Amino acid sequence: MAVESVGAQQPARVAFYNDPKFRSIAYQVVLCVLVVLVVYAATTNALDNLQRAHVASGFGFWNQAAGFDISQTLIEYSASVSTYGTAFWVGLLNTLLVAVLGIVLATILGFTIGISRLSKNWLLAKTATGYVETVRNIPVLLQLLFWYNAVLKALPDIRDSHKFFGSFLNNRGLFVPEPLAQRGFGWVEIVFLLGIAGAIAFHLWARKRQMATGQQAPVATVSLALVIGLPLVVFFAFGMPLHFDMPQVGRFNITGGLALQPEFVALLLGLSVYTAAFIAEVVRAGILAVSHGQTEAAYSLGMKPGPTLRLIIIPQAMRVIVPPLTSQYLNLTKNSSLAVAIGYPDLVQVFTGTVLNQTGQALEVVAITMLVYLSISLFTSLVMNIYNSRVKLVER
Amino acid sequence: MTMSEGELAVAELHFVRKQTLEQQPPPTSMSGPVAWVRENLFSSPFNIVLTLLIALLALWVIPDLLRFVFFDAVWTGTDRNACLESVQHRPIGACWPFVWERLPYFIYGSYPIPERWRVDVFFALLAIGVTWLLWLNAPRRDLGVVYSFVALPILSYILLHGFAMIGLPVVDTVYWGGVLVTIVVASVGIACSLPIGILLALGRRSDMPTVKLFSVVFIEFVRGVPLITVLFMASVMLPLFVPEELSPNKLLRALIGIALFASAYMAEVVRAGLAAIPKGQFEGAMAVGLGYWQMMRLIILPQALKITIPNIVNTFIGMFKDTSLVFIVGIFDLLRTIEVSRIDPKWATPVTSTTGYLVAALFYLVFCYGMSRYARMTEARLSKADRR
Repeated sequence: MAVESVGAQQPARVAFYNDPKFRSIAYQVVLCVLVVLVVYAATTNALDNLQRAHVASGFGFWNQAAGFDISQTLIEYSASVSTYGTAFWVGLLNTLLVAVLGIVLATILGFTIGISRLSKNWLLAKTATGYVETVRNIPVLLQLLFWYNAVLKALPDIRDSHKFFGSFLNNRGLFVPEPLAQRGFGWVEIVFLLGIAGAIAFHLWARKRQMATGQQAPVATVSLALVIGLPLVVFFAFGMPLHFDMPQVGRFNITGGLALQPEFVALLLGLSVYTAAFIAEVVRAGILAVSHGQTEAAYSLGMKPGPTLRLIIIPQAMRVIVPPLTSQYLNLTKNSSLAVAIGYPDLVQVFTGTVLNQTGQALEVVAITMLVYLSISLFTSLVMNIYNSRVKLVER
Repeated sequence: MTMSEGELAVAELHFVRKQTLEQQPPPTSMSGPVAWVRENLFSSPFNIVLTLLIALLALWVIPDLLRFVFFDAVWTGTDRNACLESVQHRPIGACWPFVWERLPYFIYGSYPIPERWRVDVFFALLAIGVTWLLWLNAPRRDLGVVYSFVALPILSYILLHGFAMIGLPVVDTVYWGGVLVTIVVASVGIACSLPIGILLALGRRSDMPTVKLFSVVFIEFVRGVPLITVLFMASVMLPLFVPEELSPNKLLRALIGIALFASAYMAEVVRAGLAAIPKGQFEGAMAVGLGYWQMMRLIILPQALKITIPNIVNTFIGMFKDTSLVFIVGIFDLLRTIEVSRIDPKWATPVTSTTGYLVAALFYLVFCYGMSRYARMTEARLSKADRR
C-alpha cells in the first residue's frame, strides 16, 4: 500500500525561505547592505566632523614644508626646507634600518639560543630555557623602556664614558669608529660583488653536477674564498684603502666617529632580545620536528655527522622553521613602531606622531602608515607563499 | 681408584650458589652525582668550556642581581633621600619604599579612595569567573560560561562605572588606572575576541563569497599592521566616523581597538582548529540532518576549540602583554602609572626606574608564565584523552 507510492513520490517541495541557495543569497545581500550602510554613515560623519573642525583633507600637505627637526636622518633633511613627504621617507628609512639590523641580530641570537636549548650540556640548556621563559613573558614595550630609561639613560655622562676598542659608551649614545673609504676602496666593493655573483654561480653549477653525477663540490670553502678572501686580497693589494675616523672626547661633546643614538641602540637591543626568544622556540621546534630516524638512517648509509646535519637535518628543519621565522621577522618590523614610546624617529613617531599633530589630518596620515605596514606584510607573505610552494614536500 | 678420586674432586669443586647475591651498586662512573656531572656538564672539551663560561657568567650576574634586589636594597624610608647614594653614603640597590608607597596607585590608578572596595569586589568576581572556566573539573561549567560572558560584564560595568540608582556614585573612566585598567583591557579583549574570532573564522571558511571576502580582508588587514596603528586609528579616526554626540571616551576607544585586533588573531587560531577537523565530522553531522549552526555548535566547534586551547591561551598571553601598548594612546595602565611615578620628584633617584620596571616585569611574568603553564597542563591532559 504505502510501498507503491514511494517510487511515484514527487521531489519534496521546500518553502523558498528554506532553500539553501536562496538563503545564501539573502544573507550575502543583507551583509553587503549593512557594510555599505556603515561605510556611508562613517563617510558622511567624517566629512561632517572634518568640516566642523576646519581640517583640510586630501594629500596637499605632502609638499608643504615640515618645519620640525628629526634627530636621525639617513637622507638629506632639514627642518626649514624639507617637506612632510621627505619626513615620511626619513621615518620609513629609519624603520627599515632598525628592522633589518634587528632581524640580523635576532636571528643570530635566536638560533644560538634555540640550539643551546637542545644542548646536552645541562647548564647551557637550562640557561637558554630561563632566557626564553623570562623574555617571552614580559611585554616588549616594558623591555624597551627598561633598556632606554634604566640602562642607557643611567650610563655615565661624557667625561666618564665607558671606553672599549676605541669606542665610547655614555648617556648620549654609542660612539664607534667610522670606517671611511679612500681611493681604491671602490675596487674592493666591486670585487666583493663579483665574488657574491661567482659564489652563486658556483653553487648552482655544483648543485647541477651533484644532481647529475652525485659528486659533491666544496661549495662552502669556494664561496668563502670568493666572497671574503678575494676582496681581502684586493684590499691589501691597494694598500688598505680604509681609514677609521676615531671618536675624540672633547670637553662637552664627542667629535668624529659614528654616533649611534641611545634611542636607536635601545630599540635595536630591545627588539632583538625580545624576538630572539621567539626565534629560539621556532628553531627548537623545527629541529625537534625532524624525526631521529632520519639521523639514524643517514648514519647507517655511512654519512658523517657533519654532512648528515647539512644535507639531511637542516634542509628538513628549514621547511618547518622558515614560515614561522618570517612571521617573527614581520612581528619585529611591526614592533619597531614602539619606537614612539622612547622617541626614536621611525615612521610612526615622525609621521603618525609629529606630522599628524601638525597637520591634524588623521585620516590620511593613519591610512598611509597602515598602508606601508600592510604592503610590507603582504609582500613578505607573497614571497613566503612562493617559498612554501617550492620547498613543499613532494609526495607520490 | 685414582679416577674415582678425580671424579670426586670435580664433584666437590662443582659449585652452585644457593642464594642470590645482593645486587652491587653500579660503578661510580656510571651513576650518582659524579657521573651526572660528567655526563651533563663535562662530556667533551667543548662542553667543559661551555660550562665554565656559563659558570663565569653566573658568577658575574647573580651576585650583582642579589645585591640589587636584597642586600643593598632600601627597605624603609619616606622619600627619595632614603634611596640616594649621596645621602646614604653606601651603594644603593632597589628602592622598595617607593613601591610600598605607590602600590595603591599602581593597582587602582586615581580611582577615588572611598570607592576602591568596588575594584576589590570586581577582582574577586573576576577571579571566581576565571577559576570556574579554567578549572576543568569544576561543577556546572556551562553556568560558568553564562556567568563569565553575560553576568560578569554587566556586574563589572555597574560596579566599576557606577550606577546612581542603587547608590554607587559614577566614577569616570579617566580616573581608572594601574592594574585595574590592564585587567579590564585584557578581559574585554579576551571576552570579545573569542566570539568575534569564531565568527570571523567561520566566515573565512564559508561558501558564501562575500562573507568570505569581508572576513579575509578584515583579518589580513588587521594582522598586517602594528597594534599601535590600530590603536591610533581607534583613538584619532573613530571619533571622526561617529556623530559628535556619540563619540566614545578614550578608554572605550582603546578597548575597541584592542578587541578588533585580538579578534583577527583569534580568528586565525580558530581557523587552524577548524581545518584540523576531518571532513567526515561535517558530513556525519549533515547526514543526521543538523543545520549549519547546529552542526557547528554541537559537533564541530567543541572539537575544534578543544584542540586549539593551547593556542588560544597563547594568544591570550600575547594579548595580555599587548595591553601595555594602550599606554601610548594615553591610557593609565600599569606601565603608565609606573612611568608617571618613577619621574615624580618625590622619589626620582637613579634606582627608581629600575625598581619600578622590576615590579611591572614581575607582574607580567607571573601572569603570563601562569597562563603558559596552564596551556601546557591542558595540552598534556588533552593528549591523555587521545591516547588509547
